[in-house]
Amino acid sequence: MEKFSYASPKTVKETVALLDQKTNSNPGQVEVLAGGTDLIAMMKEYLATPKLVVNIKDVHELHGIRPEKGWVSIGAATTLDDLAENQMIRTKYPSLYEAAVGITSPQIRNMGTVGGDLCQRPRCWYFRNGYGLLAMDNGKPLVPNGENRFHAILDNSGPAYFVSPSSFGPALVALGAKVKAISSSGAREIPAAEFFVKPTSETQREISLKPNELVTAILIPENVGKNTTYEIRERQAMDWPLAAAAVDLKMNGGTISQARVVLGHVAPTPFAATAADQFLAGKSIDEKTAEEAGRQAVQSATPLSQNAYKVRLAQVAVKRALLQAGGKA
Amino acid sequence: MPNVSDYQWPPMETRKVIGKRISRVDGLPKASGRAKYAYDFYRKDLLFGVLVGCPYAHARVKSIDDSAAKAMKGVTAIEWSVKPGSELQWQGQEIVAVAAETEETARDAARAIKVEYEVLPHVVREDDLAAVGNRAKAAGEQVTGDPDTAFKSAAQVHEGFYHIPVLTHCCLEAHGQTVEWTPNGINYWPSTQGVSTVGGDLAQNLNVPANTVHVDMQNVGGGFGSKFSADHWGVMCANLSKNSGGRPVKMMLERNLELMTAGNRPSGFAQIKVAADQDGKIVAWQSKSWATGGIGGGGAPPIPYVFTNIPHVRLNHSAVATNCGGSRAWRAPNHPQASYLTCSALDDLAHKLNMDPVEFFDKNFELTARADTYKWQIRKAAELMEWASKYKPRGSSPGPVKSGVGLAVCTWGGGGHTSNCLATINRDGSVVIELGTQDLGVGARTIIMQVAAETYGLPLSMIDLRIGKNSYPVSGPSGGSTTSGGVSSSTRKATVNALEKLYEAVAPSLGVQPNQLQAVDARIQVKGDPSKAIPWKQACAKLGTTPIQEKGFNDQRRPEGLNASGVGGVQMAEVSVDTETGIVRMKKFVAVQDVGLVLNPKLAESQMNGAVIMGICGALLEERVMDQQTGKMLNADMEFYKLAGIGDVGEIVSVLDMRPTTDKRGVIGIGEPCAVGVVAAIANAVTNAIGVRVSGVPMTPNRVLAALEGRTA
Repeated sequence: MEKFSYASPKTVKETVALLDQKTNSNPGQVEVLAGGTDLIAMMKEYLATPKLVVNIKDVHELHGIRPEKGWVSIGAATTLDDLAENQMIRTKYPSLYEAAVGITSPQIRNMGTVGGDLCQRPRCWYFRNGYGLLAMDNGKPLVPNGENRFHAILDNSGPAYFVSPSSFGPALVALGAKVKAISSSGAREIPAAEFFVKPTSETQREISLKPNELVTAILIPENVGKNTTYEIRERQAMDWPLAAAAVDLKMNGGTISQARVVLGHVAPTPFAATAADQFLAGKSIDEKTAEEAGRQAVQSATPLSQNAYKVRLAQVAVKRALLQAGGKA
Repeated sequence: MPNVSDYQWPPMETRKVIGKRISRVDGLPKASGRAKYAYDFYRKDLLFGVLVGCPYAHARVKSIDDSAAKAMKGVTAIEWSVKPGSELQWQGQEIVAVAAETEETARDAARAIKVEYEVLPHVVREDDLAAVGNRAKAAGEQVTGDPDTAFKSAAQVHEGFYHIPVLTHCCLEAHGQTVEWTPNGINYWPSTQGVSTVGGDLAQNLNVPANTVHVDMQNVGGGFGSKFSADHWGVMCANLSKNSGGRPVKMMLERNLELMTAGNRPSGFAQIKVAADQDGKIVAWQSKSWATGGIGGGGAPPIPYVFTNIPHVRLNHSAVATNCGGSRAWRAPNHPQASYLTCSALDDLAHKLNMDPVEFFDKNFELTARADTYKWQIRKAAELMEWASKYKPRGSSPGPVKSGVGLAVCTWGGGGHTSNCLATINRDGSVVIELGTQDLGVGARTIIMQVAAETYGLPLSMIDLRIGKNSYPVSGPSGGSTTSGGVSSSTRKATVNALEKLYEAVAPSLGVQPNQLQAVDARIQVKGDPSKAIPWKQACAKLGTTPIQEKGFNDQRRPEGLNASGVGGVQMAEVSVDTETGIVRMKKFVAVQDVGLVLNPKLAESQMNGAVIMGICGALLEERVMDQQTGKMLNADMEFYKLAGIGDVGEIVSVLDMRPTTDKRGVIGIGEPCAVGVVAAIANAVTNAIGVRVSGVPMTPNRVLAALEGRTA
């Protein structure tokens, strides 16, 4: 890795001051280190070359899960394991619990953090081999004619073809969660659906966080429905999902009053399947409805040369998530 | 000297140490991290080496410039393996190595080295033979009998296309070494499969006398056939040490270079036509196959595999040269590919004949070199798998998650490599065994000690075994499953010879002839009269001032009944396939293997379990992904070069054929054979479950769903 300066602040205030240096106008100049499960590997590969690394593990305010006026606040530096072990999360927000245990390596769950899951970089193997976030070689996009089995099937008209790697992203969007961020200009709350963005140029990132901003917490509404996440992975051992679906179903008796279906690992951002939401409103959950909702969720899919199978997987993930949330699995 | 017959393995019923389920002697040091590997070496004044590989699949070096790196504080040496004009043939091919005081400095220096390349056209994919042009070299047609007539008159003909990709060795411990070039010789701590041979290889490449290279390697983290030579990086590392004033330099490959350049297994693609008569006997085989093993082309899989006596055969094979790292021996070279291609086609033919594959294979074992072995094994495997109740015709498993069973066969040679053993018995009763061999993590240490303990009638704990240095008597490299046969035979001979000398020293005091003595339970006693005995230590005290030291030699060509060659095995897999997601899960795997005399069933079964896991990786997850646009290997890491975790492997039942008829053949190595048929058995099980053939492996959701939907993926 390249040489870098290192700071380990103890408070959010100190952290914000460190992030607010004049040099930090472009992404990548200053990087926040939490679990380090992605950043350190990126630095070793020279894919991340920050001038300053700010360790936030020792910032107490960023840890822990607590109620906050109609919301539940999950500190950005809370580990994936702490989240998965939390009984309230497990019973009330199974969509987050399932996403956390789907990160199938105890080592990564022990080190990785909730904020890190949102801010990690895409796993696109062209990006990881040095061809940039948009995977270009001599001005030509590599993904459409290349090895695209793991790439996007939705919202993939370019220039971004990678899939959002976040495990929590789909659940947060489905639950209507917000991401709390802070900088020297003040604190703000970003709806989860707006936190993830599709970059249109190489200088942009895939999240809307400004270079001098820090994620401090995630806010999840207390008022949620039946929710879960269903992931499809090749391996039981450490692996990335090929497709995932998170659902939140507000129920009126046995009928769905409002549904949110969000797909993961199929588009550059968590993909809100609004067609499925509309289809599900007013229906009760059964195999047939779930199956059709799956179809609706992927109706706008435009698979690339090698990833048509992911359309099918996303569809099945929706079906199974709905049946699981409805206690029918 | 003892007679040859004295060396023979003791009868099964009298064995006290060999044949027992003894845990490996180095298990605890390895599990606790005390065992030291090449990577763990920290010598005083150690320098850190970094190897730089070519970033392109095919390029010519235009210019090189290491001035900036040389000027960096802490850089001690730079060693080039190219010069302007050099042509590079794959991504990762060695360019230059740097040694520096710290790892950080070495990496910074490596980044500061400038190489200008002229990028040349590349071919990195061989899946479409029509697209590779003159990169394909046909080996020439081979014909046996009259295949055309045989196909015309056959009762049933099947044609299919099958493919299996390039795999890398992906050793957990990457290739590499520490080298220290001192005035008294070159101290060399490599990660190697050949302790007695790798030093000579290094010496030859450095143009120094072989006797000046001192090899020491106590543990190796996997080789699988990829760690025989000193390699370019070994030579470069030695030169870095020399040019750094003789300070030791450690240089291990990074994971990406390990996967790009340190060995791989050739692919296998085949269009196969196979026919049977109305009784289900195979009558004809025809195949057009191709493979790549890198720029040098690829190994030809020996097809039709095992069923070598099919009367009418036509073979056409092409080797495709690609701009990828060169292939190396990979746990049964060419056999897993051959087993997969053959057993898949035969399974499909059995289906066309409406025959249960067990019945079909059993009937056709007459076409193999060891029909009796396979017939016994297939019955045993079927019994353990409960095949009769689990087997259902293809695709008839109900529901969205379908289960299926499949089978495959394997064969391998084995034999014992050249091995010398030195056995010492000291006056105080301590015993030393020395061999220039290596334990690849499979239990060589343990079995050598078992053999010595058996001969001497001593507990295992009394055997002081020394291996891993080329100053010990020469033993062959561990390849081709020849180590167990070699080291057990040489150890048996050396210990019998030494014991004979001890008998000579002890016999007078017991008033008998030496040949009337035996060593049992740490005593030397008179045969048939246990009351006349001397404890081992007291017996050794009768030696004069000079210890006993005797040699044992295993001649590869004259095993003298101690070891043998040529085995068969039958593997069966049971899988479940989620037809909505295409995900295959292992339920159960049964491997039945013949390996002659089994020195330690626990270790042998452990070897089989490991081989099965390796095969599961290849069947379901593992492949090298090359990008034709950039020429790069896209998954040169352990994130997307996917290997199975323990949750992915299911139940494994490994069974050794330990019947007296097999036992009397002597010791045969088990490293390779049980790694051969796993992919084929799983592929056939998946086909049985879902009713259609997934034409290639690994059987990922992508391929399984495509097969179910009638697409190609």
